[in-house]
Amino acid sequence: MTNRLSGPLPDPSADAGYPADHPERVGFFTDTSICIGCKACEVACKEWNALPSEEAGVPGDLTGMSYDNTGGLGASTWRHVAFVEQTVPARKSPQVDLGMPAATLPGAGPDGSGDATEVRWLMSSDVCKHCTHAACLDVCPTGALIRSEHGTVVVQNDICNGCGYCIPACPYGVIDQRPGDGGAFKCTMCQDRLGAGLMPACATACPTESIQFGPLDELRARAAERVDALHLAGVTDARLYGHDPNDGVGGDGAFFLLLDEPEVYGLPPDPVVTTRDLPSMWRHAGAAAVAVAGVVAAAFLGARR
Amino acid sequence: MVPDAEFRSYYDRPIIKPPVWKVPDVPTYLYLGGVAGVSSATAALADATGRPVLRRVGRLAAAFGATVSVGALVHDLGRPTRFLHMLRVFNPTSPLSVGSWILAPFGALAGATAASELTGIAPGLARLAGAGAGALGPALTTYTAVLLADTAVPAWHEAYRELPFVFAGSALASGGGVGMLAGDEAGPARAIAVAGAAVELAATSVLERRIGLAARAYRTGRAGAVLRAARAATVAGAVGAVLSAKPGRHTRLLSVVSAALLNAGSAATRYGVFEAGMASARDPEYTVVPQRERLAARAQGVAVDPSS
Repeated sequence: MTNRLSGPLPDPSADAGYPADHPERVGFFTDTSICIGCKACEVACKEWNALPSEEAGVPGDLTGMSYDNTGGLGASTWRHVAFVEQTVPARKSPQVDLGMPAATLPGAGPDGSGDATEVRWLMSSDVCKHCTHAACLDVCPTGALIRSEHGTVVVQNDICNGCGYCIPACPYGVIDQRPGDGGAFKCTMCQDRLGAGLMPACATACPTESIQFGPLDELRARAAERVDALHLAGVTDARLYGHDPNDGVGGDGAFFLLLDEPEVYGLPPDPVVTTRDLPSMWRHAGAAAVAVAGVVAAAFLGARR
Repeated sequence: MVPDAEFRSYYDRPIIKPPVWKVPDVPTYLYLGGVAGVSSATAALADATGRPVLRRVGRLAAAFGATVSVGALVHDLGRPTRFLHMLRVFNPTSPLSVGSWILAPFGALAGATAASELTGIAPGLARLAGAGAGALGPALTTYTAVLLADTAVPAWHEAYRELPFVFAGSALASGGGVGMLAGDEAGPARAIAVAGAAVELAATSVLERRIGLAARAYRTGRAGAVLRAARAATVAGAVGAVLSAKPGRHTRLLSVVSAALLNAGSAATRYGVFEAGMASARDPEYTVVPQRERLAARAQGVAVDPSS
């Protein structure tokens, strides 16, 4: 039971009952170090999945959040590019010495030290994490949320009755209710395209291969190489997020290479699937229910006629 | 508490999505589910011990609470016409599924029992149905705590050990309060109400001491104000209930006023808990800071409570 609710789980599709010949688990590796913030993924996702505009907010409204006028993932936004502008001490970029006179930043010392600053621009395309242990799926009372044969998590729109339980259950704040429709919606990893042997629309549209799609095991290996290469190149801030099968959700089907702490991108630093604690919750609720029955019974036993 | 300077976020936006559950639908359901659950158990035992007035009050309160609860839950759905999809599967990892499978038979049994109470038809069957509802009643009062706790909402999830007892106490106080309207037969109901008030106050106090940063959501803002009012009403109602046990000229009036205070306190407790969760969901600090502390503790090799 424990492993069904949390911890490493090599094959979620098999756990969900698919036969042994089901397709391998696929996922996204989003390498934010090469994201250029073009939002092609957002557009491709909207186009392919025929998503309506977000009802909240006036079209054309600017958020004041750098180039991010989307805000976050939602019922009709299944890819969201975050933009963070940071003022950091100016660094001397690692570059090839051509033996030519070089210009330095104003205020910078000859070795790049000094009080000069520069803007570091972080861009990251967020998406549903397709958790190994998905809280949205666990708490769904209708069976609308299912594990697909590809190991992803999908909402069956014709089953969802809009109870909204999945929404606060998600530790990443991904899934949401669509106003006017009432149902819950999120990324399907382009379930229809997967079935036809195609890549998801966002990964197909990404011009820099910041969004990589493929078998999850391959992506994890590739990500480990990439983060090592970045560390060697001096990008010590690079770290993987959501890649570890031992984390609180059993590892994400969509994981990331980040250049700062997760919360800077709007991601929880240590997400845990809430149903990990469900057995203990039921035990406490059971004890409390017994207490209720006990108090009522004692009140009658102790009453004088 | 970690100073704000060390807490970072993405433009102060919430990390988790606040629930889309509506007020008053969900707080009303939490409250009435408690009233109905305790009333059904009270009615069943009143029936078994020959207290027809208390039985009648309990049966009617159980049926009323269950009916309005179902209405509130259906109204809260994004797609209300699909409410029957709640019974499409039984999913033990979904407290809402488990709850639907508790509420559906409870509502049917409590409704049938109350119909017999009013019409006098088939009292024997009503006794059986009432016993069934009474057996399900206690589960109905506490599963709603799991419903809230089994989310990523910090103020609810962190309180998963205490919330069932808060809700149990709140249900006993309100259900017992309703039973106090049974006049001369109100004795057991009065004891239930007073015990419930004590459990509710104690459990709430334990909750606020144990859950770390999330406790702030219970103490501040709208939730804090509502919960302080709830506590005052519950204390006053409990004192009134104790005083109303002594025979006197104004005993009946005191019972009614105490019952009203206990029910107001219980409803306010549910609403306050609901609001505390909403506040903790809207502010990323409640999500980020405890998770950061957990990571820091793990990095230092400190054993972390696996369930916190």
